[in-house]
Amino acid sequence: MLSEGGSFIKGVVLGGLFCLVVSLLSSFSSVTESNTDDHHHHHVKAASKDELKHFSDGQLLELNNRIQVYCIIMVQPKNLVYWATTLDTWSKHCDKPVFYTSEASKALEAIDLNEKDDWSRLRKALTHAYKNAGDLRWFFLAQPTTFAIIENLKYLVLTKDPEEPFYLGRAVKSGELEYVEYDGGIVLSYEALKRLVQVFQDEEKCPEKGRALWKLSEDKQLAVCLKYTGVFAENGEDTNGKGLFNTKSVDSLIQDSMRDNPTDVVEGCCSDLAVTFNGMSPNQMQVMMFGVYRLRPYGHDFHDLLTFYPPEGSDND
Amino acid sequence: MKALGYRFSFFAGFVVGTFTLYVFLRQMWFERTVAEQQANSFGKFFDQLGGEDKLWKKERSALFNLKHPHHIGEDGRVADELYKKVRILCWVMTGPNNLEKKARHVKSTWSRHCNIVVFMSSVDDPDFPTVGLGTKEGRDQLYWKTIRAFHYAYDHHANEADWFLKADDDTYVIVDNLRWVLANHTPDEPIYFGRRFKPYTKQGYMSGGAGYVLSREALRRFVEGFTNKVCTHTTSVEDLAMGQCMEKVGVLAGDSRDTSHRETFHPFVPEQHLTAKFPKSFWYWSYCYYPISEGPSCCSDISVSFHYVDAAGMYLLEYYTYHLRAFGYKYRYQPPTPKNYRIEHLSFPNSADGQKQMASQEKEHGKVDNPSRSAQEQDPDPPPAAGKDPPPDAEE
Repeated sequence: MLSEGGSFIKGVVLGGLFCLVVSLLSSFSSVTESNTDDHHHHHVKAASKDELKHFSDGQLLELNNRIQVYCIIMVQPKNLVYWATTLDTWSKHCDKPVFYTSEASKALEAIDLNEKDDWSRLRKALTHAYKNAGDLRWFFLAQPTTFAIIENLKYLVLTKDPEEPFYLGRAVKSGELEYVEYDGGIVLSYEALKRLVQVFQDEEKCPEKGRALWKLSEDKQLAVCLKYTGVFAENGEDTNGKGLFNTKSVDSLIQDSMRDNPTDVVEGCCSDLAVTFNGMSPNQMQVMMFGVYRLRPYGHDFHDLLTFYPPEGSDND
Repeated sequence: MKALGYRFSFFAGFVVGTFTLYVFLRQMWFERTVAEQQANSFGKFFDQLGGEDKLWKKERSALFNLKHPHHIGEDGRVADELYKKVRILCWVMTGPNNLEKKARHVKSTWSRHCNIVVFMSSVDDPDFPTVGLGTKEGRDQLYWKTIRAFHYAYDHHANEADWFLKADDDTYVIVDNLRWVLANHTPDEPIYFGRRFKPYTKQGYMSGGAGYVLSREALRRFVEGFTNKVCTHTTSVEDLAMGQCMEKVGVLAGDSRDTSHRETFHPFVPEQHLTAKFPKSFWYWSYCYYPISEGPSCCSDISVSFHYVDAAGMYLLEYYTYHLRAFGYKYRYQPPTPKNYRIEHLSFPNSADGQKQMASQEKEHGKVDNPSRSAQEQDPDPPPAAGKDPPPDAEE
């Protein structure tokens, strides 16, 4: 009996020591891991005003005219209200807004991909966009539940070369995979889209029907395919390092900030040059149109080095 | 048999030991991080307190704005000039139960753009600070509070401001835009502005919730009216009573709409004005003095106020107004520069362009309609081809 107790005690002591050692080692490695994490976490920042000043006026004018965005908007008749709202609001600021639908709707026109599977439909849309790009070199992929400020997207990629592969948005990590969240909108440069469309042909690397037992969401699948072509997700940020792509609505972010930064709510919330917000109601999207493109305080001017003009035939911007 | 027993108890002990220490370590780690967070938040809290003191000068229950808020990278010279020339005292109707729920958010947001702000309550509060008007709380006290609040403003601040704004603690006011509306008038004119309603009065009256602003002369006549008993406490319907008094003492009900005839003061939140279809039976239709527009033309680009704005709504409007924008966007509506405000002395690099813009602006003041057509001519910004920016912003 006693000796059994003794073994028990020995066991307890050894167990405790074992636990200590293991936790010490793991805290050590998690420190090193987090450092390498930062290394691999890619950021793409907008150009600062100083950087832009290095360009001549002629160069800026050329950039201004050349930078054009092809918006790939994935709609479905079941969210017709959002489809209509997007049509009436932010999509008017895309140089080429194209709506791709899963099935035709009698109410609104779109390119009917006639495809129920989300991933297959996305592949078709991206391929179609690539083939019909014309002179456009930047692609913005979103659903109509997202609100995008295209001018700010242009500002972010202004000095980036679309012949380089860029895959930007709100970049997050799931295990080993870093991907751009669909809800926040996905930006692809021409080169990235080109490589993507090519790898679509490869059934091994980028299958149309996923191999896994569970279905991977489209944004993760996209990241996997792009990774094979050497294109990695990058987080779009302003010059202060604040994320420009939001997967939450503006009022939700304001409420978060009221809780987290009660003495500095607006500064602590969202970037002045935010590109996207997600999950707002159609009415809130109309309010955002007003807030972004119209409402302002008289006498405060920003002498931005670029000029973007209002779209024709629109009354809410 | 016995050996097995030893092994088993050793193993059991090992498991127990590991588990116990794991739980213990996690608890310690958790407590340590919580303590750190608390330490951090305290540090932040004290920093903010110190910071806040530098923005306001608290004096006689009023907050005097020391720094007209500025944004990094912006050119606020026109706003600064208006700030000096169109001095506004904002008084906010609140109560002891609403200080933390509502008034606090007004204090953190739009009231920072007033020259002076006074929070009017039934009770004195030296910390917030609020002025105690010596009334009770409640809807039936609204006109009493208003009468006393304006008397207080007149007695204490008549020479420190040109215009006197009344707002509720759920009104959001864009004070810079209010200055634009007022800039073409002088404080010696007997006039007041707001969202004009038409019933019950000859010249109309201004909606209380949307906020209204009196010139110094209008305020003087209001106070004098009560002294001479020309005006009395007729009803607790504050805005109507105000309108009736204004009419009696010869103060004009002004037109606050922009040059495209779009309303600037709003009795509801932006969402309702922009998207809601008010039913035809709704009182709003019969109350508005000017024709109502639904949809985007409801509201001026340089709107002055919205009502029924909750706490989160205050910060959201602040974000939309002063922060969120579309880079490089050329606004459709360009509000004309107020009459006596020359922009040429704001040194632009290319003075030839400055003169040309001045000339075309003077021409513009004859016209009232369709400023969007003349957007190009009215733009006070120097052309980008000039190659040099205006004097550098200190905060960049």
